[in-house]
Amino acid sequence: MLRLLSFALFLAIWWIAALVVGGAKLPSPPAVLQVMIAEASSGALFLHLGATLARVALAFTLAMSLGSAIGYLMGRVKLADRLGDPWLILLLNLPALVVIVLAYIWAGLTEAAAIAAIAINKLPTAIVTLREGTRALDRSLDEMASVFAMPRWRAFRHVVLPQLAPYIAASARSGLSLVWKIVLVAELLGRPNGVGFEIGVAFQLFDTPRLLAYSLTFAAVVLVIETLLVQPFEARANRWRPRAA
Amino acid sequence: MRLEVDITGKTFRSAAGGTHEVLAPVKFALRSGEVGVLIGPSGCGKSTMLRIILGLDHDFAGRIARPPEARIGMVFQEPRLLPWRSVEQNVRLAAPDVADAKLAELFRILELEAHRDHYPGELSLGLARRVALARAFAVEPDILVLDEPLASLDDALAGRLRDEIATLVASRPVMTLLVTHNLDDAVRLGDRLFFLSPRPAQIVAEVPIGIPRDTRGEAEIAAIKAGLAQRTQGDRTERDAS
Repeated sequence: MLRLLSFALFLAIWWIAALVVGGAKLPSPPAVLQVMIAEASSGALFLHLGATLARVALAFTLAMSLGSAIGYLMGRVKLADRLGDPWLILLLNLPALVVIVLAYIWAGLTEAAAIAAIAINKLPTAIVTLREGTRALDRSLDEMASVFAMPRWRAFRHVVLPQLAPYIAASARSGLSLVWKIVLVAELLGRPNGVGFEIGVAFQLFDTPRLLAYSLTFAAVVLVIETLLVQPFEARANRWRPRAA
Repeated sequence: MRLEVDITGKTFRSAAGGTHEVLAPVKFALRSGEVGVLIGPSGCGKSTMLRIILGLDHDFAGRIARPPEARIGMVFQEPRLLPWRSVEQNVRLAAPDVADAKLAELFRILELEAHRDHYPGELSLGLARRVALARAFAVEPDILVLDEPLASLDDALAGRLRDEIATLVASRPVMTLLVTHNLDDAVRLGDRLFFLSPRPAQIVAEVPIGIPRDTRGEAEIAAIKAGLAQRTQGDRTERDAS
């Protein structure tokens, strides 16, 4: 209920602002909705949205799984941490734009280059978060598992993984928002479809309604995925905790 | 089956760079069905000794001979339960082969039936301790290690749990190693008592208790305790005299 009210407030402010500034700079909600409907009925909206979502899914999965594995290794093995740390600092501070441009130059304007570039941007933050999570693992529970001779996989699943779950959730949450942002840049620079590509076209034509139609649909999809996927996972991972105040 | 402990020394390097001797030579053995009790002042290195015996610490001089297939059941000083798993899951994860009937009986003896589906965060310390006991017994251990399992519990509860431990130990042949600084617990549960010196720990006295555990009445227990008190008194006067 409160969420709906907040959404209504957003629409109201937008509408008033549109009236004040004028339709050329900020089209009113109905004008944007009209474009959305037109794009949706032609199928273009779904095509571009689908292309972007597929890239997000691939790059996100790639970065999360690789990043979690490397982060866990660096948290557990001192040598891996020492060797990996300089690379990690380099990757963390490398601007997204540099990675994307270099990927396109080296691998051509291909799908693989785009997905790799997006994944590389997300990778270091996943590593850092999971490394912290691994360092914070409770040694006394490891000892317990070892004394009771728990097989490795069972100990990992029931002793280690639940301790890492909040870190994985945090990393997924921040990583998803990072990937959402970067995927559009990658599409703008070197892909013939996707929301980023459409926004690029709209920018060249100064077509604000189209720009808003695409970005707002995209934002809505992000919101839905957050509420339906990320938040339930977090809630599930934390259900054993006594209720937070 | 026998557990032989022959530690010739253990040093510990502190962060400041100094080395500290934690354990002096310690040697003892336990047979199946026997309850050995380690009694010593806090900080004397009992926990270090346990970690070595359990195979958690390999950085020591000496030898531990454990039957290679021996199953270990352990009750740590803190319960060390998995907070994200229910009471029943905690027990079953350590003892996946435990039969339902056996588990039900353990939960009945330890009065945990009502708490099967609770998470450890919802339990009092006393209950969590009992879950840790249930877990240790559910694995049907060949070696049972109890590290101050009754510390910081009120007397009534500690007494009940002690009786339960005695019942469970008697129900199957197991080598039990109990660490405590409560003489009463030691005399009621132990077959052999090992008195440890302050750090670096070594065994200053080994006292076998001849009377079988189930025939030890209050009078016998009082007599044993009096004997022990006299003995330590004697040690002290001897030391003071020299």
